[in-house]
Amino acid sequence: MAKELLKMDHITKTFPGVKALDNVNLSVEEGEIHALVGENGAGKSTLMNVLSGIYPYGTYEGDIIYNGEVCKFQKIKDSEEKGIVIIHQELALVPQMSIGENMFLGNERGKKNAINWNETYGEADKYLKMVGLSESSRVLIKDIGTGKQQLVEIAKALAKHAKLLILDEPTSSLNETDSRALLDLMLEFKKQGMTMIIISHKLNEVVYVADKITVIRDGSTVETLDCHTMEINEDRIIRGMVGRELTNRFPKREAVEKGDINMEVKDWTVYHPLYTERKVVDGVNLNVRKGEVVGIYGLMGAGRTELAMSIFGKSYGSGITGTLKINGKEMDLKNPRAAIDAKLAYVTEDRKGNGLVLTNTIKVNTSLANMEGVSEKGIIDSDKEYQVAVEYKNKLETKTPTVEQNVGNLSGGNQQKVLLAKWMFTDPDILILDEPTRGIDVGAKYEIYCIINDLVKAGKSVIMISSELPEVLGMSDRIYIMNEGKFVGELDASEASQELIMSSILQSGRGE
Amino acid sequence: MANNNITAVLKKNAMLIVLVLVYIFFTAMTGGQMFQAMNFNALITQNAYVYVLAAGMLMCMLTGGNIDLSCGSFVCFLGAIGGILMTVKQMNPGISIFIMLIIGVVYGCVLGYLIAYVDIPPWIATLAGYLAFRGWGTALLSANSTTGSISLAAKKDFLAIFSGKIFPTGVNKLNMVCMIVGIIACIIVVAISFMGRANKVKKGYEVESMAALFAKCILSVAAILLFTYKLAMAGGIPTVLIWVVVIVLIYNFITSKTTLGRYFYTIGGNAEATRLSGVDTRKIMFLAYLNMAVLTAITTFIVTARFQAANSQAGTYYEMDAIAACVVGGVSAYGGAGNVFGMVVGATLIGVINLGMSLMGVNADWQKVVKGVVLLAAVVFDILADKKSSTK
Repeated sequence: MAKELLKMDHITKTFPGVKALDNVNLSVEEGEIHALVGENGAGKSTLMNVLSGIYPYGTYEGDIIYNGEVCKFQKIKDSEEKGIVIIHQELALVPQMSIGENMFLGNERGKKNAINWNETYGEADKYLKMVGLSESSRVLIKDIGTGKQQLVEIAKALAKHAKLLILDEPTSSLNETDSRALLDLMLEFKKQGMTMIIISHKLNEVVYVADKITVIRDGSTVETLDCHTMEINEDRIIRGMVGRELTNRFPKREAVEKGDINMEVKDWTVYHPLYTERKVVDGVNLNVRKGEVVGIYGLMGAGRTELAMSIFGKSYGSGITGTLKINGKEMDLKNPRAAIDAKLAYVTEDRKGNGLVLTNTIKVNTSLANMEGVSEKGIIDSDKEYQVAVEYKNKLETKTPTVEQNVGNLSGGNQQKVLLAKWMFTDPDILILDEPTRGIDVGAKYEIYCIINDLVKAGKSVIMISSELPEVLGMSDRIYIMNEGKFVGELDASEASQELIMSSILQSGRGE
Repeated sequence: MANNNITAVLKKNAMLIVLVLVYIFFTAMTGGQMFQAMNFNALITQNAYVYVLAAGMLMCMLTGGNIDLSCGSFVCFLGAIGGILMTVKQMNPGISIFIMLIIGVVYGCVLGYLIAYVDIPPWIATLAGYLAFRGWGTALLSANSTTGSISLAAKKDFLAIFSGKIFPTGVNKLNMVCMIVGIIACIIVVAISFMGRANKVKKGYEVESMAALFAKCILSVAAILLFTYKLAMAGGIPTVLIWVVVIVLIYNFITSKTTLGRYFYTIGGNAEATRLSGVDTRKIMFLAYLNMAVLTAITTFIVTARFQAANSQAGTYYEMDAIAACVVGGVSAYGGAGNVFGMVVGATLIGVINLGMSLMGVNADWQKVVKGVVLLAAVVFDILADKKSSTK
């Protein structure tokens, strides 16, 4: 049995009014990859914040035993000195600075106040090589892709002489290829003796890399699964996370009568808004019927969001050509207002970026896209607005004490529900849902799927954009496959399979 | 729970409490001079411009911390135009006011267009105006007078609308009109409070306790009566107070009750989300600056009437006063948060500090130092309070 590197013993952390962690135990052996899984708000991040000293010693109960000694970290620097380094979910890099500058930010090479640039870039290059990046460390961060930026973060951690590396959702913004490369890198590090903790929602990735899996639910450790002695699959982990058997990850949809074609897009071509000669969407044909869920599957960067936003009142792109018919009538939707009036809704993939006003309340966000619905002659009927917000809160089972709560204080799943509520209140016929379950936990995902089922049952059309294959397969009636701006395949749900979809993407790539 | 309630009330009204404390402080330091009727009157007439400009600045700041640096200089320029029209050209004051308003609207449209549709950062677009209008205004004044100042003392109609008093009486004689207006205001405030509560109860919403409501009403009534009594002893209601009250009420209504006002907040919170919700965000930005220019024109009327002249120093630092009033009043420097009530408290606080220090004989240089410190303290307080509540 290998040496125990880290033991978090009976950790309890209380915030006023909430017990975020209740008697959590975590034991990590040297040289293993230990996965930490749990629903949003289960306490994974809080636990890691305790470990790294963000919550200093004394603000929690219990002991952190690292390398055989009890640690009393006061700040992040203390834990980093011991070799415990966290890589946070949000990339913390300065885009306008070079890779090298970013890597040693706050940890500069050279004498006091005078940076030794040769040493900086020399060392940076060394660590870049270790993570398999061939870029020079003088390249600016903004000029490399997100996948490579994530690798820079890891190189940065290595430069701090990390012995225990903690990766918080490292693949959440990466596409499949980059994710796989990152996971393989982790396995490579393990061979060299590095110990790692990975926090992830993507259970397939967890199963792929982890030696042990600790499941946290509602602030307590539920169980630790050993992947070498037990048969571990995704369903087994989910059972631990939600505390019940999720026999079906996708709710059954009652057979819905498919109506007429509701929306039809022909030869839709969109160019990049800044680089106007670059085609982002190329001759796409698409249609959706009443009561139908149409999936659009594609990897990140395939042009799915761009397609959706250009349809939604030309809110993206330049030089848009093609025809758009709604209920058989050709339409020219010049702006989002016109799209909303044509009963179209676009539920963004980027909740925080362009979906919700985080500093405002649930009430304000719910009514934002349909102020006419809660006002008369431009004067807001506060009672009505409140009632509408409460009605949608109840309908979608948004978990919040009051609709006067700021949206920024809600969990990802509940934010997604508020976003859905906003668009449902515009009473659309066609909803384009862009990555509707990104970054939300298993339980909330299921609830979102149920909402989608209710929508189509009410005769609405849903276009669901997703980069999660199981989701596309589980929810769609029909699937379009998109790659490099083009639709490269169309499959009926009955014939679709993971292999078929991936192969049509691969074939289209070869055809170029 | 009761304790929580009290701290919540204190927190919510922190600036108001600071205002009262500062007022008491200056009253003590000036041996009661601050509390004299004439100084109540001075507080209004000297600071009227801050309330009007800050109402416009509030709307700009809500859209994302955007400011207008040009409004002070524009007051100088538009004042010069007014002086030329009324005194040099001997034009009818009514027509002159109309022409000045039109010029304000034109400037607002140009500025709004540049900011909203050409995407020029507001502080740069308005910095240009800050420089240009100060120069242009001064040039116009020196070309049309020998002293660099055009007198408006003879324009009694103009002065009557924007300065002076309503049914004036002598000092230290109780002005009955003023008292009656004050009593009516009290009745309206009390009626609105109680009707609002009854309405909420009827609909089953959460309401404050009856005791809290009584306390609030008694305090409001006491404040209004004290205020009107002092004004009545100083000769009556200053005309400019009517302008300020009307503008404050209008903007309070716009920001809290209309869809238009709501969009100013949501753009400041997340412009892209607002745009994708079908709101014409460019139009809102345009309106913010058009509105600012119109209020700047009204400020010009108030200021030139008070000084009874157009001069090249008019409006100096006004933009800073307006920004400071908003920031001290809790308007977010990043946009999306703040309200008219806060702005009014902020503007009053700055006015009280100005007046108090003048009465104490603090020299002008040190007054600026104090104002700078107050501004910084207000922002620091705001941000710390925010942090505390968000980390729970």
